[in-house]
Amino acid sequence: MIAEHPVIQILIPLLGAPLCVLTGRGVLAYWLALACSLASLFVATRLLATVMATGPIVYELGGWAAPWGIEYRIGPLNSFVLLLVALLGAMVMLAAKKSVESEIPGDRRHFFYAAMLLCQTGLLGITITGDAFNVFVFLEIAALSSYVLIAMGHQRRALYASYQYLIMGTIGSTFILISIGLLYQMTGTLNMADLAARLPAVGDTRTVLVSFAFFMVGVSLKMALFPLHMWLPNAYTYAPSIVSAFLASTATKVAVYVMIRFLFSIYGPAFAFDRIGVSQILGSLALVGIVIMSAAAIFQNNVKRLLAYSSVAQIGYIVLGISFASENGLTGGIVHLFNHGLMKGALFLVVAAVVYRVGSSDLNAFRGLGRAMPVTMFLFVLGGLGMIGVPLTVGFISKWYLILAAIETGHWLAVALVLLSSLLAVIYVWRVVEFAYFQPRDRDSDPVGEAPLSMLVPTAILVLATIVFGINTEWTVGVARAAAVFLLGGHA
Amino acid sequence: MSEQFGLFNYWVVITLMMTGFYIVIARQNLVKKLIGLNIFQTSVFLLFITMGKVRGGTAPILDKTIEIYSNPLPHVLILTAIVVGLATTALGLAIVVRIDHVYETIEEEEIHDIERGIKR
Amino acid sequence: MSHEMTLLIAPLVPLIGAALVSLTGRSPNLRETISIVTGVVLLLLVAPLAPAVMNGARPEAVVWEVLPGLPIAFALEPLGMLFALVASGLWIVTTLYAIGYMRAHDEPSQTRFFACFAIAIAASVGIAFAANLFTLFIFYEALTLSTYPLVTHSRTNEAMRAGRVYLGILFTTSICFLLLAIIWTWFLTGTLDFTPGGILAGKADPMTIGILLALFAFGTGKAALMPFHRWLPAAMVAPTPVSALLHAVAVVKAGVFTVMKVVVYIFGLDLLTETGVNEWLIYVASGTIVLASLIAMTKDNLKARLAYSTISQLSYIVLGAALATQASMIGGSMHIAMHAFGKITLFFCAGAIYVATHKKNISDMEGLGRAMPITFAAFFIGSLSVIGLPPLGGMWSKWFLVLGAAEAGRMIPIAVLMVSSLLNVAYLLPIPLRAFFRAPKGLAPGETLTFSEAPLLCLVPICVTAIGCIVLFFYADSVYRLLEGMG
Repeated sequence: MIAEHPVIQILIPLLGAPLCVLTGRGVLAYWLALACSLASLFVATRLLATVMATGPIVYELGGWAAPWGIEYRIGPLNSFVLLLVALLGAMVMLAAKKSVESEIPGDRRHFFYAAMLLCQTGLLGITITGDAFNVFVFLEIAALSSYVLIAMGHQRRALYASYQYLIMGTIGSTFILISIGLLYQMTGTLNMADLAARLPAVGDTRTVLVSFAFFMVGVSLKMALFPLHMWLPNAYTYAPSIVSAFLASTATKVAVYVMIRFLFSIYGPAFAFDRIGVSQILGSLALVGIVIMSAAAIFQNNVKRLLAYSSVAQIGYIVLGISFASENGLTGGIVHLFNHGLMKGALFLVVAAVVYRVGSSDLNAFRGLGRAMPVTMFLFVLGGLGMIGVPLTVGFISKWYLILAAIETGHWLAVALVLLSSLLAVIYVWRVVEFAYFQPRDRDSDPVGEAPLSMLVPTAILVLATIVFGINTEWTVGVARAAAVFLLGGHA
Repeated sequence: MSEQFGLFNYWVVITLMMTGFYIVIARQNLVKKLIGLNIFQTSVFLLFITMGKVRGGTAPILDKTIEIYSNPLPHVLILTAIVVGLATTALGLAIVVRIDHVYETIEEEEIHDIERGIKR
Repeated sequence: MSHEMTLLIAPLVPLIGAALVSLTGRSPNLRETISIVTGVVLLLLVAPLAPAVMNGARPEAVVWEVLPGLPIAFALEPLGMLFALVASGLWIVTTLYAIGYMRAHDEPSQTRFFACFAIAIAASVGIAFAANLFTLFIFYEALTLSTYPLVTHSRTNEAMRAGRVYLGILFTTSICFLLLAIIWTWFLTGTLDFTPGGILAGKADPMTIGILLALFAFGTGKAALMPFHRWLPAAMVAPTPVSALLHAVAVVKAGVFTVMKVVVYIFGLDLLTETGVNEWLIYVASGTIVLASLIAMTKDNLKARLAYSTISQLSYIVLGAALATQASMIGGSMHIAMHAFGKITLFFCAGAIYVATHKKNISDMEGLGRAMPITFAAFFIGSLSVIGLPPLGGMWSKWFLVLGAAEAGRMIPIAVLMVSSLLNVAYLLPIPLRAFFRAPKGLAPGETLTFSEAPLLCLVPICVTAIGCIVLFFYADSVYRLLEGMG
């Protein structure tokens, strides 16, 4: 059974999606989608356990051997990302019912759940596959379904945000397609392992250089690396709250995964870092992004938008770690990829709960919630402390490795700016805290109750995870380090 | 010169690509932007198909008389990409229809003005 | 119970106390009983460790390894022992006082208050027991966070702004400097354990050592070294028991404790004197001592004056660390205890005056001595101890500091200590003297003051700590013998 797990991982949500449409009813579709998400989480857990115990898994789709058929290749890195996507998918789905009922019209709910499952399929597929063209296909599945999901937001600006994202996203993935085409032209293969083996021989050709350039721009668009992040704040602000929670914690992370995978196990560190010197440009963009986007987050008056800007900044942290191309840097980047997914998922779920109760994610809507929704806001504070990087939260672990890597490689400016941006994080998190705890609610506004249990529990699980993995790092850091060693040593 | 001519398809690819890209960036009309996006994507299809062409080759049919044939794989890939492009265009147009419905315009500037509260 | 077990359990006790306090919020009497019982249990756990440490025992216990080579671990040594004793001992007294104060004031959200208070004590004990910089940093940040709700207790706009300054400065320094210094040290040495003799010797050039010392000294914002002292006066917006315990004992002492501990166990006294990087720290500490005293003189608000006095006194301890001699180190460490008793007495008095009369400003307190003789007598004793006159505990720490400065052959610190004592006299003594010997303001002839002493629950703790100041004068010997084992 375990041998078939890689394909089951993809099939569950892929088959679940049309079934959701067939149910034709929101409630049925919800339970189906929830069952699929939980099953998918179960499979992802088993996969990670197997990979950590017995090494990488190779699965040939349809029984076709590698250069001809599509190969799923699961190592420590992608099983880690798989788990993140499946975990967030399940937690967000757990919380979805009430929020979706209040934000999505009844006749569209089953489509909504179908799109959620398709989006999961896409993200899981990108992560699991070992075939470059397959990456593009899954990238588009994820992207198309997320355009649909964002357009379902109840404000009319959601439509325009979705349109913008569609244009930017399509340009990004087409760039990636061009890059894959050029790689195929030079090597005659689409299998990632084969690509890695054949590229060094043709590494000096202009075609490979051009493909690299197209890839970097395309993937930067996809992961919203500053300054190609323009689509993200609007998309996350106007999307239905549940969608924001899911996309913010997984979509950009998976794009970062694609970058790591291409940089290290296709182009190879020798080409990307030593010959092209991608470190400098990635590192500088990341640093500028971290500071400017953290600063921008401070000035937002909508908590969703605030968190969106913070997401762009946090992508900067991950990219910064990668740009060091050292063991500690890569460990920090990968572990932050996971950790930030947990934190942002939790924070966006808190906002979803507030939107459910108060009807708005505006900063003013948070007035007095410290009293009205004590548990929810306490979870927000804990999640926010993680963003700041207070010890015993996951944020601290990531920061520790990033700073250590920066000191190791002598990037003192990076050290200073990462620390500075932690302070900016204090400010933007505390703005929300002050509104929730120090400002009274308007007298004439309706009384607000605690968030429903169905939303509190998944949020609490994620917040708890940010603390547990902040204390017990053996597992997260262990996997990230294994992945880093594998990436650096595998094809150096 | 013959070498330049041999790269004719690639020149077309670049021209189409830049044209499409320019339209996406420069046009204000949401439908025109989508048209640009389509031209842009089409150029990539052409790129793939061109690289699959082998000089003097025919269609890849399993037959003893055929020795040189074009690489079929890019064609297959591009079939997938065309489907993806179709889906994107369809979705994009659907969104534009809804935008037209709620904003009663499909001009980018006007949407911005409406959101900023400026009446025309 | 073995000493190792005690190390593990002691920080947990106040945490359990905090949980029980939150659960029993509906019944204030039960809640307060739990607070006091927790305090007593904690003291009973911590106190028996002292004789063992004095005899050279160094119990250690690992809680959990967070990152490879970076465990949360506890290890007891004399300095930590002293800090733990002071914090846990004074907690009981303060709890009594807080009950009286909060009830007399009818403050809201008392459950949150007592729960956060207990968490703050847990963090302080954690800092005292920390076996490495990593553990210390965790509890250091926990202390900042757990005291934030206390500082902003009133939830007014003023409290919110004070909270911003509080959190802003403490987080800025700890994140930008302290954390950097810790990671840098880890990078250089591969360990963060507090080791007698230090761990940095031979691992870095003098230039790096100098920068690290600066990062540690300024990074410990809780030590209130100028120019990072503004949070302390800002925090005075908190209810007085908070100011008393946290901003005269737990929080600020956690800061100077960190500086002292880092100097002794991370740098090592020898390394500092050999490289001479401590030079500037001596001047910064001296400067803070004099400047803060001068500012204190200008403050009419009693708590603000006490806050600046605290800033000045904290730098005594930093100075003790910076001088890097055996005597100065002991003097500085001793001052943690001596100043704690003196200053908490003064804060208790300030709170008692406020409870009884609602007066905050010194100029309004003239003549109050007749109405509140016990309070002002205690204030007088506390002042003398802070000034450093016999027969009060504060004398000894100053004595050893001067001795240490002489040992290091430095005249300036000696002069600074002298001048500072005079300034202390100038800004502290007039308060009780005026209260006793001047006539109350604005009183018609024949009219008498309508005030009387604060409630008994406030008064008893005041007497206890005031007597403590005197007792410490006579028992300074045991503190000295405890601290002798340092380094």
